Parts: sequence; structure tokens; C-alpha cells
Amino acid sequence: MALVDRLGKSLESAPLLLTSVDALVDWSLGHSLWAMPMGTACCAMELIAASFSKFDFDRHGTFPRPDPRHVDVMIIAGTVTRKMQPAVKRLYEQMPDPKFVVAMGNCAVSGGIFFYDSYSVVRGVDEFLPVDVYISGCPPRPESLQDGVLRLRELVRTRSIDPDKRYPKDLLLPKPSDRRRGEKAPGEGEGARGEKAPGEREGGDAA
Amino acid sequence: MKIEELREHLCGRYPDLCPLFSLEFGDGILVVDAGKLHEAASDLRDLGFDLLGWCTAVDRGAHFEMVYRLRSRTMQVGMFLKCDVPREDARIASLTDLWPSADWHEREVYDLFGIRFDGHPNLRRIFLPEDWPGHPLRKDYRDERMIRRPDYI
Ligand code: SF4
Repeated sequence: MALVDRLGKSLESAPLLLTSVDALVDWSLGHSLWAMPMGTACCAMELIAASFSKFDFDRHGTFPRPDPRHVDVMIIAGTVTRKMQPAVKRLYEQMPDPKFVVAMGNCAVSGGIFFYDSYSVVRGVDEFLPVDVYISGCPPRPESLQDGVLRLRELVRTRSIDPDKRYPKDLLLPKPSDRRRGEKAPGEGEGARGEKAPGEREGGDAA
Repeated sequence: MKIEELREHLCGRYPDLCPLFSLEFGDGILVVDAGKLHEAASDLRDLGFDLLGWCTAVDRGAHFEMVYRLRSRTMQVGMFLKCDVPREDARIASLTDLWPSADWHEREVYDLFGIRFDGHPNLRRIFLPEDWPGHPLRKDYRDERMIRRPDYI
């Protein structure tokens, strides 16, 4: 990353070039977010399911690598206990920059069902790691996880190789008034009933 | 084998253990003194109980209670072995020399209840970090990081 940082500094005087290089870097990073499957409890089952054929994570360019030195994003799926905490922290520190953290499941977000009366559970991995995307659910469906990684891709697009620069971007979730997938825009005829655009699927429950 | 047959079998072979044996919820329970535990356990093993399924402890307030689940594959019957352990300086004989499976279970009991097992080959914490203060499954355990559950939930 040091080389890229230096490149960013030297490109600062050439905004057009910087923007183009940023677009290239963010496109390539965002479409190949390799994941470290930090499955510590039951949520790991959904994490595993997400990368198998039915949900097929690979089509987003995200697939699990069991080596922290190869990955861009650590997906913490499950309860992190105080005994596991140093190990998770250490694996995170071994990841190369730029690195992201996805907290998957209520346990990783806040401690979940172990929030009260528990002596051994860390109440949310943000106690010791900078979390970028939180996914609620106990456990979240694989679609939710994939949605979370797609949100992370949007976050990547706000980044620049210049460390002091950020692109403004609307990172909001879909609004209730937004048209859903598969829903017809007002004014579209009844004739299209039952027909779907090519490549469109039944709407997932990732919301 | 039925539990009633087991009682007869046990009384015939070890008459001194017979009055300690009782039936509860369809299961045989043998309650012994802490000093007699190892002796009784080795008698039971000689009787045919070749499997120690698990052991655990219960915090009864004034004292702890050790519970061992024994099973016999030859007689096809299971039973409990229980024994009270004083709260102050809680220690008891280890059964690892009779059933090696007691090893990790006793470490777990030591980790979470603080009962020491005399004769255990490797009595260290098994779940919690080595430097953890206290034994969390004791009823009087307090931890400043723990959040009590409010009553309205
Ligand atoms: S959030 Fe639920 S499913 Fe996920 S690790 Fe916690 S208890 Fe298990």
C-alpha cells in the first residue's frame, strides 16, 4: 500500500488522472473482495451456505480464503468470546491494507443473546475492530450477507488512493418508496403480467 | 439389565455401598462421602461400569455437589454417582486413573467451579484464559464487565 499511497500523493496535482486511477482501483477491489471466513459460531453455517451453489457468492467476486494475508475483508460470523478475541485481533492485524470488517449476526454486532449475564462474550466486535458493515439477524440469511458485501462495494467506491481524500457518495439503504425488483413502474401495462425481464429473479428477502 | 437388578447385583457384591443406593426418576443414584469417592468409584468400575460419560458440579450454596454419570456397556445400564464437596478449600480425588475420560471434564469443573482434583495429571483451565480471575459458574461470582439482565425482559 505504501507504493499506492505515494502514487496517490503524486497524483494529487492531476485530479483527472487521480479520479481515473481511483475508479480503476476501486472497481478492481470492489469486484474481488476476498473474504476471510472468521466463523466462530452458528452464523458460520450461513456463511458457508452463502458460498455454495445455491447462493453462489463467487459471482460477486467474493470467495473465502482461509489465509489472512490473501484477503480484503474479514467476515466475523458468530459469537466472539474473550478467549477468542486476541486470536481474531491477531488475524485482523495480519491482513494487508486496505482491509474491511463485516460483522455478521447479532452476536458479532452487539453480543446478541449473550448480551446480558454473560461473563465470556465480547459485546460486539466493534469493541476491538473497526467494523464497516453490520448485518443483523440470528442468523442472517445468506442473501443478507451478500447484500452486506454489495454495500461494502459501495463503500469501497468512496475511497481514493489519496489517503486524505474521500468521494461523497449516497450510502443510504433503499427507501420504502423505491421500486422493488420485479415491481412494475406505474403506467406499465397489465400485458406484462407474469413476465420478467431476462436475468431477473424472484425478489430475495435480504431487506 | 434393569435398575432393580443392578441394585441387587451391587448389594450382593458390595454390601457397604448398598444403603447409599437409591432410585430417583428411574435412575440409580449412589451418594457417597468425599473421602470414599475414589474407593466407591473403583468398586463400581470393577462391577462393570466401564464408561464415564461426563462429570459436572452443582453449586448448592453451602457446598458443591459433584455428579458423575456412569454407564456399563456389558450390563446396558447407567447410573449416577454423587458426592458433596465443601465450599471452602474445595478438593476431591480425581478419577482420571479409573476413567481417562474424566480428564477434560474435571478440568472443566475446575475451570468453572474451582474444585481441585487431587491426582489429576494436568489441572489447568480449559475454557477460559489462564489469567481469568475467579470461577464463573459459582453463584457468588461477580464480574464488573457482566451486565445484569433487567427485570422487565
Ligand atoms: S447471531 Fe445467532 S446464529 Fe449468529 S452466532 Fe449468534 S446465536 Fe448464533
